[in-house]
Amino acid sequence: MSTEVIQLREVTVSLAGTRVLDQVSLTVHRGDFLAIIGPNGGGKTTLLRVVLGLQPVDSGRVRVLGASPGQSAGRIGYVPQRVDFDRDFPVTVMEVVLMGRLSGKRLFSRYSGADRAAAEEALETVGLLELSRRSVGGLSGGELQRVLIARALCGNPEVLLLDEPTASVDPGMKTSVYDLLDRLKTSMTIVLVTHDTGAVGRHVSRIACLNCNMVVHEGDEMTGRMVGDLYPYPVDLIVHGEPRQRILKKHSSDD
Amino acid sequence: MVSPARESSKSILPMIDLLQYGFMQNAVIAALLSSIACGIIGTYVVVKKIGFISGGIAHASFGGIGLGYYLGINPLLGLIPFSLASALGIGWLSTKARVSEDTAIGAFWATGMALGVLFIGLTPGYAPNLFSYLFGNILTVPGSDLLMILGLDLFIVLVVGLWYNELLALCFDEEYARVSGVRTTALYLLLLCLIALTVVILVRVVGIVMVIALLTIPAAIARRFSRNLRSMMIIASLLCALFTLSGLWISWVLDVASGASIIMVAAASFLAVHLGSMVKAGGRRG
Repeated sequence: MSTEVIQLREVTVSLAGTRVLDQVSLTVHRGDFLAIIGPNGGGKTTLLRVVLGLQPVDSGRVRVLGASPGQSAGRIGYVPQRVDFDRDFPVTVMEVVLMGRLSGKRLFSRYSGADRAAAEEALETVGLLELSRRSVGGLSGGELQRVLIARALCGNPEVLLLDEPTASVDPGMKTSVYDLLDRLKTSMTIVLVTHDTGAVGRHVSRIACLNCNMVVHEGDEMTGRMVGDLYPYPVDLIVHGEPRQRILKKHSSDD
Repeated sequence: MVSPARESSKSILPMIDLLQYGFMQNAVIAALLSSIACGIIGTYVVVKKIGFISGGIAHASFGGIGLGYYLGINPLLGLIPFSLASALGIGWLSTKARVSEDTAIGAFWATGMALGVLFIGLTPGYAPNLFSYLFGNILTVPGSDLLMILGLDLFIVLVVGLWYNELLALCFDEEYARVSGVRTTALYLLLLCLIALTVVILVRVVGIVMVIALLTIPAAIARRFSRNLRSMMIIASLLCALFTLSGLWISWVLDVASGASIIMVAAASFLAVHLGSMVKAGGRRG
């Protein structure tokens, strides 16, 4: 069985006439914990949408779990970036998490006891089981973010795609999201899109830099120069000391 | 002119006594039956924020009423295919044909009304009850229409029951629904068709011009008191029944148009609930 979970070959995508992804190639193997970093508008979210089958490509080849994108519903968990949906929407935490079981449910049937058990387990994992009967309108940004993670986990996915899961949460909650991902990375392949260049070093196994073009760093080094190339403005590079320090090598074009 | 004697005898007649009249029984049954569809579909209209689309479907359906007159059949029978076609047309144009949604709605809205005017113009003679289709007249609902409303109600309840979870996902997070393998475009078109059928039901009650108020106001009030879609649907249906029955009673007592008085009751309740919550919020702050 192939260990290639996600495979992109020279994928090009244009949105409203602007090239967002230019000849991007990327391979994610089973068990990887890949972080994709890059500036806003660099195509990070578009890349995830391509993998999910939500965004058609202009050219290039995409394979996800051995099939075309969009054909693997239920095997991929997705945590969208936005927490901007209607906060007044009358829906309970439990009902949102159960949406993660939608693809496994037979049409016209109700959610089964197994579905509910999986939803409760996912809520337990993110530490929100006691809120399951609450309405989502009353949740904080961090709680809502964890509900969305629980929704993705609820379907027992092989691959977890997260789009800036820490964008709208406070620093303490950020740590708890990364701790959660640390626990999950032993059981599933994770692709994380983030701005959080400081945090990725400690947790991920590979880093990909995306700004229309993509450079994948197989090693575990990150330099200020590299981050400077990626972002058009000064970025503080937080270097962590023990136990692990990660410096990315320069992009090959800089050599 | 209404004579003073009739006026006074009317105003002291309790609603119960009125029920001995066949037309009043029909009106009450029509109010209760239409409230079921109104609460369920109105909930989707409000949470999915597609009130303007619903207004477009309702107005475009006027073409179907005109067609009914022209063909000499029950205008409601012309209305059903026409409103379904407008729902699918607006949905298809806005999802597939790169036409912005409000443009598609505007085009269908006016074209449907224009077709209705043309058909009625081509129909020889006088178009009876035209006003009742535009502005509703719940006091003239015949028994055959009650059966049709019941049938449409059952159909709507069945479809929503079968696709409840999928529709919830579609309204809450359409992209996630798609990722989960829900055929969101088809489901959205189905929802628009259910709105079209609800328009058919409500035309008898408030007319196509005012349908949009009953599709939005009861559900909008219900949302304030609901934890999930199911409870919102139930509360919206009860409110809709309350508004139509009290509007009906007011129209009888004051001898005014029933459709308009139903809408005025709904609008006054909406305003009262919002003012009440604003006062409450202000009181908590102060």
